[in-house]
Amino acid sequence: MAIISQEEAKKILDKVLSFSKADEMSVSLNGGRTSNIRYALNSVSSGGEADNMSLLISAGIGKRLGSATVNEFSDQAIERTVRRAEEIARLAPENPEYMPMIGPQKYLETPMYSENTAKMDSEYRAQVAFDSVEACVEKNLSAAGFLQDSTGFSAIANSKGLFGYNKATSVDFSVTVRTADARGSGYVTRDFNDIAKLNAAQTTQIAMQKALASTSARAIEPGKYTVILEPTAMSTLLQSMMSGMDTRLADEGRSFLSKKGGGTRLGEKLIDERITIYSDPTNPEAPNEPFSGDGRRGFAAINFLGGGGVGDGRPQEKITWFEKGVVKNMSYSRFWADKKGVKATPPASGFIMQGGNQSLADMIKSTERGILVTRLWYVRMVDPKTLLQTGLTRDGTFYIENGQIKFPVKNFRFNESAVIVLNNIEALGTPVRMNGNMIPPVKARDFTFTSLSDAI
Amino acid sequence: MNRRDFNQLMAVGAAGILLPTLPAYSRTVTAEELMEPGLDVSIKKRLADAALNAATVKGATYADVRIGRYLNQYVMTREDKVQNIINTESFGVGVRVIANGCWGFAAIGDTQSEEAVARTAEKAVAFAKAHAKLLKKPVQLAPQKGFGEVSWKTPVQKNSFEIPVKEKTDLLLSVNGAALTNGADFVNSVLFMINEQKYFASTDGSYIDQDVHRIWPNFTVTAVDKASGLMATRDSLSAPMGRSYDYLQSAPADRLTGVTTRYNKGYDMLEDATAAAKQARLKLKAKTVEAGKYDLVLDPSHTYLTIHESVGHATELDRVLGYEANLAGTSFATIDKWQSKNFNYGSKEVNFFADKTQPGSLGEVGWDDEGVKTKQWDIIKDGILVNYQAIRDQVHMLGETESQGCCYADSWSTVQFQRMANISLAPGKERLTVDEMIKDVKKGIYIIGDGSYSIDQQRYNFQFGGQLFYEIKDGQIAGMLRDVAYQSNTQEFWNSCVKVCDERDFRLGGTFFDGKGQPAQINSVSHGSSTARFNGVNVLNTSRKI
Repeated sequence: MAIISQEEAKKILDKVLSFSKADEMSVSLNGGRTSNIRYALNSVSSGGEADNMSLLISAGIGKRLGSATVNEFSDQAIERTVRRAEEIARLAPENPEYMPMIGPQKYLETPMYSENTAKMDSEYRAQVAFDSVEACVEKNLSAAGFLQDSTGFSAIANSKGLFGYNKATSVDFSVTVRTADARGSGYVTRDFNDIAKLNAAQTTQIAMQKALASTSARAIEPGKYTVILEPTAMSTLLQSMMSGMDTRLADEGRSFLSKKGGGTRLGEKLIDERITIYSDPTNPEAPNEPFSGDGRRGFAAINFLGGGGVGDGRPQEKITWFEKGVVKNMSYSRFWADKKGVKATPPASGFIMQGGNQSLADMIKSTERGILVTRLWYVRMVDPKTLLQTGLTRDGTFYIENGQIKFPVKNFRFNESAVIVLNNIEALGTPVRMNGNMIPPVKARDFTFTSLSDAI
Repeated sequence: MNRRDFNQLMAVGAAGILLPTLPAYSRTVTAEELMEPGLDVSIKKRLADAALNAATVKGATYADVRIGRYLNQYVMTREDKVQNIINTESFGVGVRVIANGCWGFAAIGDTQSEEAVARTAEKAVAFAKAHAKLLKKPVQLAPQKGFGEVSWKTPVQKNSFEIPVKEKTDLLLSVNGAALTNGADFVNSVLFMINEQKYFASTDGSYIDQDVHRIWPNFTVTAVDKASGLMATRDSLSAPMGRSYDYLQSAPADRLTGVTTRYNKGYDMLEDATAAAKQARLKLKAKTVEAGKYDLVLDPSHTYLTIHESVGHATELDRVLGYEANLAGTSFATIDKWQSKNFNYGSKEVNFFADKTQPGSLGEVGWDDEGVKTKQWDIIKDGILVNYQAIRDQVHMLGETESQGCCYADSWSTVQFQRMANISLAPGKERLTVDEMIKDVKKGIYIIGDGSYSIDQQRYNFQFGGQLFYEIKDGQIAGMLRDVAYQSNTQEFWNSCVKVCDERDFRLGGTFFDGKGQPAQINSVSHGSSTARFNGVNVLNTSRKI
């Protein structure tokens, strides 16, 4: 397994830097293993594993930057790669937005690593899949699911004395259960750092119940409805909002945070005052990377740069993005922050939306007439200025009347903006982990469904 | 080495751009390394035989090996700045086996060692055996004759990787300059260039060497009116192609003039950026659309995406059967509809064919990634669903004995599975130009270019935007519209197709990064069509206030 300790990583990074003849140099070392098993129609369909470790070296000469990567770790290979990065830097066009590298930083401890996950093997994975499938077979249902686990590390250093190291594991599990007559479908997804928190059989039960309850869906008229968006659905809507917190885009007039006439909406009350959204990499339930720039979650993806990309090393810390509905903070690249004379806040690597204390059952009970949404699908931006998105409900959509789920309904297409949803809040539930974030179920009025879908 | 030679090297800038995640093990290299010839075919054969023998000895009843060298170059600019020049190379070996009736797969990077490849094959067999306990039915593979030692190459007049990077950055910066001087406030431009060097061998007796090239030049220009708070963008009207740098040399015959210039076999990026900037400014002042029913006239630069989503994905047999249920979804085009031989997917004007041999298309190859010779076949004939897209372990479910050659993996490190073939709408049989088509439309919208897109998990209900929207009133173009999206149901939509222009208007569009599978893989695929008319489609107004 391509995972090494902090001391070993530092030794390699120090060696790289000792070869440098550039004005400044940064190095990123990433390694890990990613394994998976996939099943469909209650049978395994594929599975595999990948290991990798990669070193990315960036040399800065004046306002020029050059990078090179290597997967070999001999002194000769490393020195050759350092020289290559420097050669590229000398020949590169000057980048007017080049920012000098930053010095030593203090990083928060983030509880992302679990030995339970690191020890997983193919037998364990097969058993998880088996537990999920067998529960469905007993009820004459059909399961299609995917389990992926990863274990890895990332380390960064630069010639200004910066050093950071982080070890992480992650587990992602999802299953779609369909009835034998293909008239019902249910879905559930869970993600953790520690595999011990996953009970595949129990989790699959949720998808099974949704599948069985969603047969014989009725068509009702599209229009504006009160909706209860389960955390899976709410998470999808929020993603694009939270990834659009960049100040430069807003200053350029290209974002939902652009102010008419110029400038940004920082400090404005944009959404319901019950909404506070922050990021905190040390959150015990959904910890995230302690330093910025890498852009990865877990080690499932070795990105296009061939091993992680060049992190600029800014520390991730607790940042409140929306406080009681007010835009409290926005992210800045270092270049843009320097230009504006403000702190260069990196984009969040995870976010936590504060909720309320209502259970899903409470929310249903208090609903006179509404729609319960399990999941949103194929959500795409229609207009980034208003955050208008379109997409569909999927795998369990139910009509609620007088505080009770009455019957399953056909899926809807929606056209709606997260900003509008967060202005129409009726109630908030308890946040749960969803894709590395903490998201509550949300009850909101006047959610716009524009057409019906026959898809199951 | 001098400054000019920078352009033969790579540089990774500081600016972050969202890029698709590509398969594991890609490493950044110099542009010079992209020109290296790669392994000699005799070495590949030796490695392949080592894997096939090891798999067979360990009990595999079938094995195939893919030795892949994947080269990418992405050049990215913004306004007057080069943001990134990224070259990557990825080399390795993937071995797929059937043992105990179950698929197994393992891969190894950066090796020329027969022992290492043999060990990887053994690992694949071990995976198959470990997972076989979850198997309900053994894999049934359609027979395939071995082709011996054969090869195929994308016809290339000008290899993208032989062009100095300076020429490419100069082109993109000129494109940006043209956009900025013609009214754009912001512009991003990108050149994506790909070369897949793929060697395939199997226990059937095939040793297939292929050299595949693809290119996608594109940009986005943005115009902003801060006073009104409005913003408009216009993306390039290029199509990604199974071509190389020669696609960027356009001859007059490659241009189609009209309300805006569109492109066929050659693309003029500078000319398109100039038009785009002017059009983005015009879009700021365009009339907002009145929601309602319209007759739509759809240019091939737009229709390709509707075809991709509503026909391409819907007729993938793995989706129809349920293998993608947990992610991409299933399909409404179920087996019973195909068996009925009378399922009206579309009107009589609607004929779709799949073709992995279409010249210049993104999906054009000689053989697929399980050694099946590529071909053309019908999917929808005179509006009736007549076939699917399938691979070797699926075709028996259609009562057939021969795969259609739709198997693909995006890397040596990922397992091959069923991916979309080029799916195209056949041109109309009657002679008909775009102008003649528009002349008959009383209340309509002419849509050019692709915009936002979304479709449900069984491919019924969809919504599409576009780049340019022109109102048609009584057979005349009446001006530009904004805030347009149309919604329909796949079957209703294709049944509302009343006319398709003839083959003179036939052009390819395509998608470079089509995602599917878990873990996700990407695929590039083209969709051709001529301009087509659809009557009475529901159009929405997408403007909102927040």
